[in-house]
Amino acid sequence: MSLSKIKFDKKIVLSFWIILIALIIAAPTLLPVFRLNLLGRYLSLSIVALGVDLIWGYTGLLSLGQGIFFALGGYCAAMYLQITSSSEFPNNIPEFFALYGVEKLPFFWEPFRSPAFTFFSIWIIPALIAGLIGFLVFRNRIKGVYFSILTQASLLVFFNFFNGQQKLINGTNGLKTDVTQLFGQMVGSESMQRIFFWVTAILVIAAWFFAKWIVKGRFGNILIGIRDDEPRVRFTGYNPVIFKTIIFSIAGGLAGISGALYTVQSGIVSPQFMTVPFSIEMVIWVAVGGRGTLLGAILGAVFINYAKSLVSEALPASWMFIQGGLFILVVTALPEGVLGWIQGDGPRNLLQRFGLKRKIETYPSLEINNKEKK
Amino acid sequence: MNRNDLLNLIDITVSFEGFLALNKLNLNLKKGELRAVIGPNGAGKTTFLDVITGKVKPTKGEVIFKGKSLIGQKEHKIARLGVGRKFQSPRIFENLTVKENLEISVTTPKSPLNLINKNIKENQLDEIERLMKIVNLAPKVDSKAGSLSHGQKQWLEIAMLVGQKPDLMLVDEPVAGLTDEETDLTADLLKSLSGENTVVVIDHDMEFIRRLDSNVSVLNQGTVLCEGTMETIQKDKKVIDVYLGRPED
Repeated sequence: MSLSKIKFDKKIVLSFWIILIALIIAAPTLLPVFRLNLLGRYLSLSIVALGVDLIWGYTGLLSLGQGIFFALGGYCAAMYLQITSSSEFPNNIPEFFALYGVEKLPFFWEPFRSPAFTFFSIWIIPALIAGLIGFLVFRNRIKGVYFSILTQASLLVFFNFFNGQQKLINGTNGLKTDVTQLFGQMVGSESMQRIFFWVTAILVIAAWFFAKWIVKGRFGNILIGIRDDEPRVRFTGYNPVIFKTIIFSIAGGLAGISGALYTVQSGIVSPQFMTVPFSIEMVIWVAVGGRGTLLGAILGAVFINYAKSLVSEALPASWMFIQGGLFILVVTALPEGVLGWIQGDGPRNLLQRFGLKRKIETYPSLEINNKEKK
Repeated sequence: MNRNDLLNLIDITVSFEGFLALNKLNLNLKKGELRAVIGPNGAGKTTFLDVITGKVKPTKGEVIFKGKSLIGQKEHKIARLGVGRKFQSPRIFENLTVKENLEISVTTPKSPLNLINKNIKENQLDEIERLMKIVNLAPKVDSKAGSLSHGQKQWLEIAMLVGQKPDLMLVDEPVAGLTDEETDLTADLLKSLSGENTVVVIDHDMEFIRRLDSNVSVLNQGTVLCEGTMETIQKDKKVIDVYLGRPED
């Protein structure tokens, strides 16, 4: 790596931090509540994208079922909010139960009366379920396309189950959170939304550092090794099943946190979180932002979703075409994603194409090899 | 079977849908031995390695390593028991640096917890230094392994194999695509490794095998045709027939 490149990277990192912190501090005053709320939601989506980057960008596991864990996190949060805000409803249980003639709270709701249980369940339940699904799949050496299909099939199973269970979790209508109470305030209120925005921003940064810590060093190198040549990892004495299960579980936990934050900021969790297109979109955010860059996943999630809302406001019907076009563009022209392109030789090549920068005369590797032979 | 044996293959048969890749193969390796395995294409050389390392489960037969059966063990378990393998085409982690590749190989224990918690041990770093000197990759320590030349990749993989500290090293065509000079160096390296380690080398290159100056097993049609020194082998009529081809063919 050349010196100039390191400096370049440092500059980017520094300016990124300054802009980011300034934005987080100023956002609630700069943005109208509606926009702030949108930004908070998109930031929470970037946490699930970080998980996708860990399993796909680093470990090579293309999961099309992250919506499962995302929705589970959302349901955990929503169940707590609903049950703790149900004192004025018949039988002291959430209002929707009355619609279906349910008088007794289903047993699995009970632990969600506890804030501590809810706090842990939001990430531990999705992580455990991801770990279980992952272990069964990885142990049987299902990989590649078959893994992707299997995760999508699991997604459909979960979707259909949640969609059909009116008497347990209000089925297709989902659980509303905006009119529930938290710490004596309405969850959908402006002041609460502002707090959720801060919490989300902090958690995104925390998740980012956590993900960086995971991929740094030998553990991350094994993940890359599994992505590039799994049998080789195995013959070196490592058990890829355990590594893949751990990382898939971590991605599931991140998805749960993301789903909970998204739920409280959008005011509802419903089986719509487990639709097939939504889970595919998560992959697109990462692909566009830059696989295996972590930061690219965050930026991809935030910018694509912001673009989505801006475009949808102006030209309601055209977003799907733009998103599809964006994906095709990235796959064909920028296979490393936008950030991967910037970190690689992309900008230099572009400048060279316009004659703004001198070309290297030979391949750098050739020059090095010649020197060595002398 | 002998108490000094490190590995015994007993009547190994591998059938791929009726095709016998290995047919009642018997082979014994003493501790510290250097053994060359040659044979025409399709003789079952690579399948033979696959059976030892657990990639292929034999239809019949038994693999005894350090007195224990390896049949049915997972690949990573077999690797941890002390069987290391170098693949035919260099298989290194191209997106990692030379040093990171070696770290993966020398790290013990190979558990996720050890990898995520602790920094690499001091003596393992020394081991990496030593390995890089042996294979002349010290100047390339922080280069991506993918940017190495073919010969350097072969050597990096050999270094990774050594770094695993296996009792048994299985080396599949280590000199394919190497220059004469590199081939000679590789032969010397493998010879120096035997004695402490047990080394099995599979190759086609006769000059290289001759330079190894070791016992040779000739495989043909999935079974051991002949064993002995290079001189004995070259005089053996059966070997001449299958390996060099009959004049009338």
